[in-house]
Amino acid sequence: MTQNASINPSSLHHAVMSLSDALDTAIAEEMRRDPRVLMFGEGVATKRCALLDEFGAARVRNTPLAEAIIAGTAVGAAASGLRPIADLLFAPFLCYATDALVNSAGKLRFMSGGQFEFPLVTLAMSGGGWGVGAQHNHNLEAWFVHAPGLKVVMPSTPADARGLLKAAIRDDNPVLFFVDIGLLYQPGEVALDADIVPLGRARVVRAGTDVSLVAYGKSVGACLEAAAQLAAAGIEAEVIDLRTLKPLDTETVLASVRRSGRLIVVHEASQSCGVGAEVAARVAEHAWSALRAPIVRLCGPDAPVAASFPLEQAFAPQPAAIAAAAHRLCAREPAVAEVNV
Amino acid sequence: MSSTAISGSALALLERMLLIRAYEEKLIALSAGGQFPAVCSSFGQEAAAVGVVAALGAADQILTNHRSAGHLLARGADPGRMLAEVMGRVDGYCRGRSGSLHIAARELGVVLTSTIVGGELSLATGVALAQQTLGRRGLVACFFGDGAAGEGIFHESLNLAATWGLPILYVCENNQWQAYVHRRETMLGEHIAPWAQSLGVEAERVDGNDVFAVHAAAEAACERIRADGRPRLLELSTYRLRGHLEPDDPQAADAAELALWRERDPLRHCIATLLAGGHADAAGIERMSRAAHARIEAALAFAEASPYPAADELLADVYA
Ligand SMILES: Cc1ncc(C[n+]2csc(CCOP(=O)(O)OP(=O)(O)O)c2C)c(N)n1
Ligand SMILES: [Mg+2]
Repeated sequence: MTQNASINPSSLHHAVMSLSDALDTAIAEEMRRDPRVLMFGEGVATKRCALLDEFGAARVRNTPLAEAIIAGTAVGAAASGLRPIADLLFAPFLCYATDALVNSAGKLRFMSGGQFEFPLVTLAMSGGGWGVGAQHNHNLEAWFVHAPGLKVVMPSTPADARGLLKAAIRDDNPVLFFVDIGLLYQPGEVALDADIVPLGRARVVRAGTDVSLVAYGKSVGACLEAAAQLAAAGIEAEVIDLRTLKPLDTETVLASVRRSGRLIVVHEASQSCGVGAEVAARVAEHAWSALRAPIVRLCGPDAPVAASFPLEQAFAPQPAAIAAAAHRLCAREPAVAEVNV
Repeated sequence: MSSTAISGSALALLERMLLIRAYEEKLIALSAGGQFPAVCSSFGQEAAAVGVVAALGAADQILTNHRSAGHLLARGADPGRMLAEVMGRVDGYCRGRSGSLHIAARELGVVLTSTIVGGELSLATGVALAQQTLGRRGLVACFFGDGAAGEGIFHESLNLAATWGLPILYVCENNQWQAYVHRRETMLGEHIAPWAQSLGVEAERVDGNDVFAVHAAAEAACERIRADGRPRLLELSTYRLRGHLEPDDPQAADAAELALWRERDPLRHCIATLLAGGHADAAGIERMSRAAHARIEAALAFAEASPYPAADELLADVYA
């Protein structure tokens, strides 16, 4: 993909670029930095021709259409001295790749008594925005949170995408890096001289003390919109972008909930056993006494996503629903009782 | 192909190819207009679809993939309901939930369409097992691409079908492309048929742009499957004349190769054969082509008039 970032004249080190270009920037920087980094996948050398031009065919490879061997090769290479980035395209295609990632990359370090490490990154896209149906659009990131030995990342801004991907490539563990399709071409400011964004640290995107909105991916934007609506009504919402889903930054979430006493977790992925369930459980375990209202989860339905545009759009939690839930929680002051949201 | 080999149904083959071409041309135009869901066009592969599907009986089952419009239309699918599906409307074959990439039409025997590449190969064995176990007459035709043959599941599927003796006609449309990657970048040989043969599945290579050759080979293969219940594979050499997805993305195209295959356009070949054999005249073909386009215009009007599904369909049909 071309790097059509426009340079901001006020700073030579800032550029406005899409999340897609931010990922390419991170990959190129890390490949320059470390000759062990290589990238492969279906169409990688065709679609990312700038990388091919700079780093050559040995480090930027097209593969056959075969996710199981793409992932297996990445895992074997990672254990043997390389630092592969495997592009799996759309998240549902990870299903063919899951054996190598879950059974080998996630387990063989532990099972070998710590003899091996698996510094690899898989890229996969998910989320609404393209209208191509549930075999392309499935937010299945929580599956990999549940699997031991893996790290899971899903950024919401180009700057975080760059910084987190750089950190993922430098990490000595297998990292599943999910990209929200709906954010792929949204521009954002990126500091080109910024360091990595460390894995495992959430970001407080907006400060507020009345209710904590915890989200990741495109749901961060929905929360920010909801927060703006709430501010107009005198409710100050804190918005937290988890950024890394595993390891989960429990401390940032707990600190926020201890201030606000109210928690709404928002994501596009289906609710049952989603990341929101884990966040809610940790808050219930560690900040129960701070809660002034029941925890609320706003998530995609427990259903496959339709291709039809209006249904696809309706799948992800909308700002109005988030704001309405926050209003209900704040109106409950100070009782702690059952609500059905 | 000698003119004596062309049966009276030759014009019916042409008619179906013209309908598929008109449908794909309409989708290409709609996609070029912007704000249209992504579609994988079967433009250029009409002979493969029509030649095989015309050899199937009503009881036969079809599994297909993301590039399925030709297979569906050849089977008699209503282009209005197909367009409605592509556009996410409630009158589509799948109520707008599939979009273009997973259109199944059980009433036509087009079942379990998967856009997970290789998905159809993994399901075909079970469909065939059910046909066999339940004493149903139909065989199973499974369409897939050269790319899908690179998935491990291809090997697993053919090996099981050969070992268990399952009545499957595997149809590999070797169109030389696998999304943005040319087939030659993904394998050392040029053909899939030898892979099938190595697993004990009889396989034949056919000019996939010659509808008469495809039809004859498919009829012969189906006859043998019906006789001994064993799987067969046809490798149809053809070409994806468009980019992977509409709107056309010519980024990866090989211009010289494309020009060569444009010369071998399956419609052009079919028409030339029919004209040369005196089976049709130019005016008659022109009338057929106009009728095909008129059908597609009516189909588009139907699709555009169809509403989007209501919000309560978000959770419909998740469980039986
Ligand atoms: C498991 C899986 N991997 C990747 C894709 C993305 N994809 C869709 S079609 C396609 C190319 C398929 O090539 P081929 O099987 O030859 O069929 P063709 O498109 O040429 O008809 C790819 C890579 C997918 N849908 N499923
Ligand atoms: Mg192909």
